[in-house]
Amino acid sequence: MSANKPVDESITFDTFMEGVWRQNPVFVMVLGMCPTLAVTVSAVNAVSMGLATLFVLVSSCFLVSLIRNLVPKEVRIATYIVIIATFVTLVDYIIQAVSLSLYEALGAFIQLIVVNCIILGRAEAHASKNPPLKAVVNALGMGIGFTIGLLALGATREILGAGKLFGFSLFGEHFQPWVVMVLPPGGFFVLGGWLLLFSFMRSRSEKGVAHE
Amino acid sequence: MTEPIPVHTTPGNKMIITMGLVASICGVLIVGAYESTQDAIANNKRIMVERAVFKVLPGAAKVNEYVATPSGIQPLTGNVPEGGMKFYAAYDQAGALKGIAAEAAGKGYADIVRVLYGYDTQCQCIIGIGVVSMRETPGIGDKIITDPAFLKNFEALDVRVNTEMTALANAVKVVKHGSKQNAWEIDAIAGATVTSKAVGRGINESAQKLMPLLVPHIAELKP
Repeated sequence: MSANKPVDESITFDTFMEGVWRQNPVFVMVLGMCPTLAVTVSAVNAVSMGLATLFVLVSSCFLVSLIRNLVPKEVRIATYIVIIATFVTLVDYIIQAVSLSLYEALGAFIQLIVVNCIILGRAEAHASKNPPLKAVVNALGMGIGFTIGLLALGATREILGAGKLFGFSLFGEHFQPWVVMVLPPGGFFVLGGWLLLFSFMRSRSEKGVAHE
Repeated sequence: MTEPIPVHTTPGNKMIITMGLVASICGVLIVGAYESTQDAIANNKRIMVERAVFKVLPGAAKVNEYVATPSGIQPLTGNVPEGGMKFYAAYDQAGALKGIAAEAAGKGYADIVRVLYGYDTQCQCIIGIGVVSMRETPGIGDKIITDPAFLKNFEALDVRVNTEMTALANAVKVVKHGSKQNAWEIDAIAGATVTSKAVGRGINESAQKLMPLLVPHIAELKP
C-alpha cells in the first residue's frame, strides 16, 4: 500500500555504510545522545550498550519490514513501539542472565533503548519502506555505526579518566587520572572533541571535492 | 462545486486485528525470553550475593539467607516481613558458623552508599566491609574501597550489644581523620568525610536494628 513510487530494492555497499559513515548516528546525525553521554564511562559499558542497541535495531527493523504491508498507517507508530519494546525487554533479560554487574552499570539506559530515536527513526524511515533483507543490512550498519561512536567516546573517557582500556591499566602506578573525564561533564567534553574532529574531516573532504 | 477530497481511512477492526496480532507475537517472545533466562538470572544473583559475603567473611564457603524479627530468626522465604531485617549466615567448609553478613545504607555525596558488612560472633565486632553499590566521585569518595587506613577501621569495629539487649553498647561513630580512640569509632578519610560518614551512619543504623534481634538467638544458627 505504501508502494506509490517504485522503491530501489537493490542492496548496495552504501546501504550498509550509510549508518557506519555517511549518516553515523553519533557523529553525523547526533541522535541518541542520552545513552551516549551517560554510559560511556568505560569501553566495556560502551560496547555492551552499542551491541544491545544493535540487537534491538536489527530485530525490530526486520519485524517491522516483514509486516510493513499489513500495518495500517494510522497505527504504525504504536505497532513499532510495541515491537521495539519487546526486543528491549528481551535484551534486558539477556543482559541480566549474562552479567548482573554489567546490568547495574548500564542501569536504566537498557530500558531507555525503547525511546532511542535511532531505532524508531530507522523503523519509520527505512524498514517500513524496504524489504526485510535490505532493512536488516541497513540496520546492521546503523547499529555498528552507533557502537563505533560509543566505543570512541568510551575508550577516550576510560583512557583519560581512569588510565585504563577495557579494564587493563595502561600507564602504570604513577598515572594521575583525569577524573572529570569519567564524570558527566567529561562526556560533553569528549563528545565535543569527537564532533569537532568529524566536522573538520567532513569540511576538508568537501573542499577536496570542490577543488577537483 | 468542488469535489470532496477522498479521505483514505482504514476500518477500525483491521487496526484492532493488526495491533492484536503484533501484540500477541510480542507477548510470546517476551514470555519465551523470560522462561529461558529465569534460571540463569537467579543463579547470577546467588553468585553475586555469595561473592560479596565471602569477601567480607574470609574463609566462608556457604551462605544462607535469614530474617531477624522481634519474634526470633527464621530462614528467609519470600519477602522480608514488616519490621524484619534480612541477613546472611555464612558457614565454612566444615559447616561451622563463620559469621554474619548484613547490608547497610547511608546517604553519601552523590547517592545512597550501600555496603555489606561481615560480623564475627566471637569478638562481636565487624571484621570487613564491601561496597554493594555507590555513585560517589571516582578518586575521592571511592577511597572507601581502596584506602587501607580506612579499611583498617573495619578489622575489629566494636558492635557489642548492651546488657539489656536493646541497642548497641556503644553507637558506631565516625570521627575526624586521625582522632579515633575507641574500638567503636571510625576514622574518616580526609577529603571524603561525607562518604565516610555515610558508611558509618549506615552501619550504625543497620547494626542498632539487627544486633539486638540477632544476638539472643545466635546459637540457633550454629549447626
